[in-house]
Amino acid sequence: MLKDLLIISIGAIFIQNFVLVQFLGICPFLGVSKKVETATGMGLAVVFVMACASAITWAVQQILVLFNIEYLQTIAFILVIAVLVQFVEMFLQKSIPSLYNSLGIYLPLITTNCAVLGVAIVNITKFGGMDFSFLKSVVYGASAGIGFTLAIVLFAGVRERLESSDIPEFLKGMPITLITAGLLSVAFMGFSGLNF
Amino acid sequence: MMKKTFLNGIFKENPTFVLFLGMCPTLAVTTSAFNGVGMGLSTMVVLVFANIFISLLRNFIPDKVRIAAYVVVIASFVTVIEMVLKAYAQSVSEALGIYIPLIVVNCIILGRAEAFASKNNVLRSAVDGLGMGLGFTIALTLIGTVREILGAGTFFGISLFGEAFKPITIMILPPGAFITLGLIVMVINIVNQKRKKGENKIA
Repeated sequence: MLKDLLIISIGAIFIQNFVLVQFLGICPFLGVSKKVETATGMGLAVVFVMACASAITWAVQQILVLFNIEYLQTIAFILVIAVLVQFVEMFLQKSIPSLYNSLGIYLPLITTNCAVLGVAIVNITKFGGMDFSFLKSVVYGASAGIGFTLAIVLFAGVRERLESSDIPEFLKGMPITLITAGLLSVAFMGFSGLNF
Repeated sequence: MMKKTFLNGIFKENPTFVLFLGMCPTLAVTTSAFNGVGMGLSTMVVLVFANIFISLLRNFIPDKVRIAAYVVVIASFVTVIEMVLKAYAQSVSEALGIYIPLIVVNCIILGRAEAFASKNNVLRSAVDGLGMGLGFTIALTLIGTVREILGAGTFFGISLFGEAFKPITIMILPPGAFITLGLIVMVINIVNQKRKKGENKIA
């Protein structure tokens, strides 16, 4: 059991990294990765939201299955996630205002962060109906969030260095950012040989 | 006026190359030109219908809950598309997989709902959705074509170079997506800069 969870966790962080391999959560990845500090904050917020979202959407899915209305999955999930993000936002505003200010517009945007809805849907297709699917879903959600944090923090570190380097005029801004992300993704491809 | 609204989404405010919205599907599904077209058209249909609906309802939705209301409208249309694709276009549905339900969180759609459909009449909103959707489809098809030709040596599944061609496999793997988009944006930057210089000379 523990071994299963470990495999799920390592798979989600490294091999099937949400950002660099599955392309979920690219918007915050490109948007909030200018400074390591904000990137870390965003990453941790996403870990928390994704773990909670995995737990809650698991429960929602049970209700949907009970009433035989699985086709409402997308609508139900997105609403639950929107409410959850609202709560996290209110909590951060009250208790950690500095983080709240530095995350700015990207906090409400976690709602439209496809990583969160993505993890909920992947959970259902991957672990739906399996033993201990609740535990596995939550572990997968948290690990996917950690994978996101790892990617965004690494990327922010590279981008901080890029600020002070001499880049050709036509590569400035988005092109160099995207190519850097591509190289980081190449590095993560190295993990794809790890098959359990 | 209508023409301007329509062309706006394709060139001046192209969602992919200029605004950098909806990056996830752009990068994830463009392993082939076919997938690019499929994703682009699905998004366009949702975008047009969501724009029409939100524009119709714009005077009834209370300001405070508008985002939630928009999301519900969008999610409904995405569910419809998902079912239609499963029933009539199995191959598209299988190729795009999880990214079909994820159209809900495509920032282009919510962005247009908030920025355009909630302020304009039905016809203009529909045209705007069509323009934006077409701009997105063109961008995805372009990226898909480049990646497919370089990464697999085919175009819409048709082999281009014969047996001897060794494809650059990394182009259809995840890193290829970032690099292709980066290079395309670079080309656009170069063209824009050249054009600016030309304008300065004339002036």
